[in-house]
Amino acid sequence: MLRTESLAKTFTLHLRGGMQLAVLAGIDLEVQAGQCVVLSGPSGAGKSTLMRSLYGNYRAEAGRILVRHGDEMIDIARAEPRVVLAVRHATLGYVSQFLRVVPRVSTLDIVAEPLASRGIAVDAARAQAAALLLRLNIPRRLHGIPPATFSGGEQQRVNLARGFIAAHPILLLDEPTASLDAENSAVVVSMIAEAKACGTAIIAICHDAAVRDAIADRLFPLTPIREAA
Amino acid sequence: MTLISGRGLRLRFGSIPALVDVDIDLWPGEVLAIVGESGSGKTTLLNVLSGRQAPDAGTVVYTDPQGQPHDVHTMPAPVLRTLHRSDWGFVHQDPRQSLRMNVSAGGNVGERLMARGARHYDHIRAQAIDWLEQVEIDADRVDDLPRTFSGGMLQRLQIARTLVTHPRLVFMDEPTGGLDVSVQARLLDLIRTLVARLGIAAVLVTHDIAVARLLAHRIAVMQRGRIVETGLTDQVLDDPQHAYTQLLVSSVLQA
Repeated sequence: MLRTESLAKTFTLHLRGGMQLAVLAGIDLEVQAGQCVVLSGPSGAGKSTLMRSLYGNYRAEAGRILVRHGDEMIDIARAEPRVVLAVRHATLGYVSQFLRVVPRVSTLDIVAEPLASRGIAVDAARAQAAALLLRLNIPRRLHGIPPATFSGGEQQRVNLARGFIAAHPILLLDEPTASLDAENSAVVVSMIAEAKACGTAIIAICHDAAVRDAIADRLFPLTPIREAA
Repeated sequence: MTLISGRGLRLRFGSIPALVDVDIDLWPGEVLAIVGESGSGKTTLLNVLSGRQAPDAGTVVYTDPQGQPHDVHTMPAPVLRTLHRSDWGFVHQDPRQSLRMNVSAGGNVGERLMARGARHYDHIRAQAIDWLEQVEIDADRVDDLPRTFSGGMLQRLQIARTLVTHPRLVFMDEPTGGLDVSVQARLLDLIRTLVARLGIAAVLVTHDIAVARLLAHRIAVMQRGRIVETGLTDQVLDDPQHAYTQLLVSSVLQA
């Protein structure tokens, strides 16, 4: 479903005199349908950078990121912006650690939006969104409110609901249970298991050992690149 | 096929380069934000793309719904005016530039329909009221003059007037400039929703990176008349490549 070949990422900090910060080099990662690969390694090893590069949020300057999009393989590292957007729309979902709140938009509509944007009737999309939010223990009385005032854990669950609702064939999950209690973590673990059973390929970052053991088919270890002094 | 394409655009104001070898494409349904500091050439580029200002060199080609290309700067003036009244819309930073202040709110919206050939009064009025409601202006203000409206309401009225003819392409010049942040949020939400629902393509000039992040699929960063970086909105803002973009992004205050 997703494969990288010799992927590399170096940041050039122009405001620091053009300092070069190499974060990723020679990354060959492959994930099959129905498989969950957890990126592991210490802080600063480049786990989030790799995940953001896979999503096209960061620009990989070397190597390829091949994603199965319908019948095609698209190289996210080289694709035109509108192709990347089409891949994100239909194929590649990403649940970041923190919800980006849009003023005035209700929790229900934030979650329903990925379905509505695929042409599903608003009522049907909202019904699915409500069911998913309830499963994640976001009570109905909160559905009509924009999540700006929600707690960190509530926002993360809204973000997860939005990420899972569209059933993307590939899902990137950045610390999906970081702000959650045990009960809600268990819900997320079962949602991940169901997605895998449906053939979803999942790449996750997850520090919680119990959750990691529950979801991971395989670990992909990353090590910090030693800086040339 | 692109909706509008600029190639090799150049323009100088005396010794000041306003546009330097600018190439730019907009695809149907795409929202492109042009960001950069004051004087970087953003508004000039908008004016040149929309045919309001001729470049010293270069071409702007618009592809009509039948797939026919038209050179914006060589087409006869009446054809360009018709485009601006039908397929295109222009949202100015100051709504007074496009609204007629001595005509009622409903008249301002209806006028654009009439310019397109609508003649049935009741139908025009009903559509005007429908659009006032879509931009969250009470229907009972339909007969009021715009000068009784607040700045935020004027801007929403301008948007209703622009979108009532369902343009394919809208040019927006700092549409939320000069408004209170609370008013801005409401307006941005409206623009975002309407543009997505109607599938409108837009070129949006803004100096506000948060506005670009909320509304745009793609960003072009301008500095001294050149496009120094272009790409997916979140990529340009989260992983800026050019020194100027890095400065621009790192200068934003976190709220």
